[in-house]
Amino acid sequence: MAVSAYLQLAIRILTVAVAVSAPYIFAAIGEMFSQKSGVLNLGVEGIMMLGAFVAFYFAWAHENILLGIILAIFVGGLMGLLMAFVSVTLKAKQGISGIGLFMFGWGVAGTLFRLFVGGVQSISGLQDLNVSGLTDLPYIGRILFSHNILVYLAFLLVPVSWYVLYKTPWGLKVRAVGSTPRAADTMGINVTKIRYQCVILGSMLAGLAGAYLSVAQANMFASDLVAGRGFIAIALVYFGRWKPFGILKGAMLFSVANGFQRWFQISGIAFPYEVTVVFPYVLIIVVLALSHKKFAEPTALTVPYDREFKG
Amino acid sequence: MKNNLKEILFNIAVLLGSFIIALFLGSIILLIAGVNPLVAYHAMIIRPVSNIYGLSEAVVRAIPLMMVGIGISIAFRSKMINIGGEGQIQLGAIAAGAAALALPGLPKVILIPVVILAGFTAGGIWGGIAGWMKAKLSVNEVLSTVMLNYIAFQIYLYLIRGPLIDPSELAWGTGVPQTARMPDSSIFQRLIQGQRIHSGIFIAIIIAFLVYFLLWRTTFGFRLRAVGEEPKAANYAGVKVDKYLVLAMILSGGLAGIAGSIEVIGVHHRVLEGLSANYGFSGIVVALFGRLHPLGVIPASFFFGLLLIGAEMMQRAVDIPSALVISIQGLVILAVVSSNLILENPKYRKKFLSFFVQKL
Repeated sequence: MAVSAYLQLAIRILTVAVAVSAPYIFAAIGEMFSQKSGVLNLGVEGIMMLGAFVAFYFAWAHENILLGIILAIFVGGLMGLLMAFVSVTLKAKQGISGIGLFMFGWGVAGTLFRLFVGGVQSISGLQDLNVSGLTDLPYIGRILFSHNILVYLAFLLVPVSWYVLYKTPWGLKVRAVGSTPRAADTMGINVTKIRYQCVILGSMLAGLAGAYLSVAQANMFASDLVAGRGFIAIALVYFGRWKPFGILKGAMLFSVANGFQRWFQISGIAFPYEVTVVFPYVLIIVVLALSHKKFAEPTALTVPYDREFKG
Repeated sequence: MKNNLKEILFNIAVLLGSFIIALFLGSIILLIAGVNPLVAYHAMIIRPVSNIYGLSEAVVRAIPLMMVGIGISIAFRSKMINIGGEGQIQLGAIAAGAAALALPGLPKVILIPVVILAGFTAGGIWGGIAGWMKAKLSVNEVLSTVMLNYIAFQIYLYLIRGPLIDPSELAWGTGVPQTARMPDSSIFQRLIQGQRIHSGIFIAIIIAFLVYFLLWRTTFGFRLRAVGEEPKAANYAGVKVDKYLVLAMILSGGLAGIAGSIEVIGVHHRVLEGLSANYGFSGIVVALFGRLHPLGVIPASFFFGLLLIGAEMMQRAVDIPSALVISIQGLVILAVVSSNLILENPKYRKKFLSFFVQKL
């Protein structure tokens, strides 16, 4: 293979990687806000399933992708409200309640899909938005500027969320509530309110991530569409050490590695099909093993705050 | 003793309350879907208890639920959230199936324990990996068990499509991904003519009692529970916390593996696709409903066995997707973990009870 062929290949893998990393970025940044405030939301997978279905349904039945995406975000917010009520107000064990939320979203999406759609239907999906001029830039143009609008939004979200978290009063409150809630409370910060806001914001982003999968990536819905991406996003939060740019790095590395793996598959190097399917999950386990979470974890993560409890 | 009974009754009341709240919230989904919740719930709850088929199938489902539920209870008691039940069941099933197919000549009294042990070993290894990663590398066990589920599923598919596929599927060119039929000497006897209920139920109940004795009547069990409840105190007392975390996950995965083996030699008589039937997730609900106690899990597994067959009957009778039951189980989990506030926190419990007393 000539050098230019390798270059072409690299461009193709990177282009795809940029596109497929978008849902991970949405979901992981959302989960980061939730965890930064002290709430571990393990229901992301379920929220993404429901978001994916809602967006697909409105794109398919009403041919209105925008409405579908907005409603997916809204439904994600409702799921977040439920999670916040259970884990903040009722102080339930967060690990287990997240699994409950996951199963709830999974079941509802499956039920509604079978009732209203029935079988596999494809939709036209979100169009790529070629930024005039920029797309024609050598190499970088294809990689960065040949995507649908949600991809740009995802990459914009990274610096924005960094700014919000580290440079605004609200971000300071979020970090305070997640590390020293009692001190934050003493300072007059409403711990409950901040946690509700973060869990709901995170879940809305998870809903958007789900919508991305159905209307911008697969252009269809199936009950196994999300395939663990919600849990992978949570793993990326650990890998990224609860920092927006760390998450971006993790999402990109993960997507590039997957891109190479798929290229191996296409290029006809012989190994069992199952190995290629398993690859991302093995990769995530390795990633988790390499990210020692103890050093960066918000100290009050998973600990419900009880004002009256003098511990 | 009287106090104990009161405690149990209070627990049951709260659990049933949580269940009813979950059904109520589920009915909102049904209304959005344009389905009459009363019709759906009638089909789901009343139908299975009104005929022998429903009852038999409920027991058939209760067996794996009981094993997985007890396994998850052990893990939860060590503060390990094992949601890898699906993968552990599948690997247990494939190991059990391979063992039975490899040793068809053994007499039943030897082969069945060998098959169950094979399932336990495979599931135990799979659970143990997650336990080890938690203990040594502090890898979040929820995420590792989820990833291990996907990996196990592919191993499972690969084996029943390839090396372990029924030779006659290849000969006839049908290629259904399933193993050959298990030898008769490995199969649990059916208890009722024409129904699938099988003698594995007795094995499951015996195992449930064994686990109870192991956890509540031995030093090993005491340590295992202490590690979950007071890890620091256990550490000071000289208990190797890491070791017990891994052991808890091995036991937890092993029990799910047993569920897989029993499904193979009791229900399907082959290893085939869809065998794990989400029992790995339903087992979480069963464990919580059984209050993480082996003897509580037994009745809880029958209860959810009924619910699962009820959901299938509902799908056939009134055309409401059985996936609904997954969302109801999710709501039950949410309701039960929320109810812990009044079950375990004396302050809120007092508030809650006085609220009711005032109303009465």
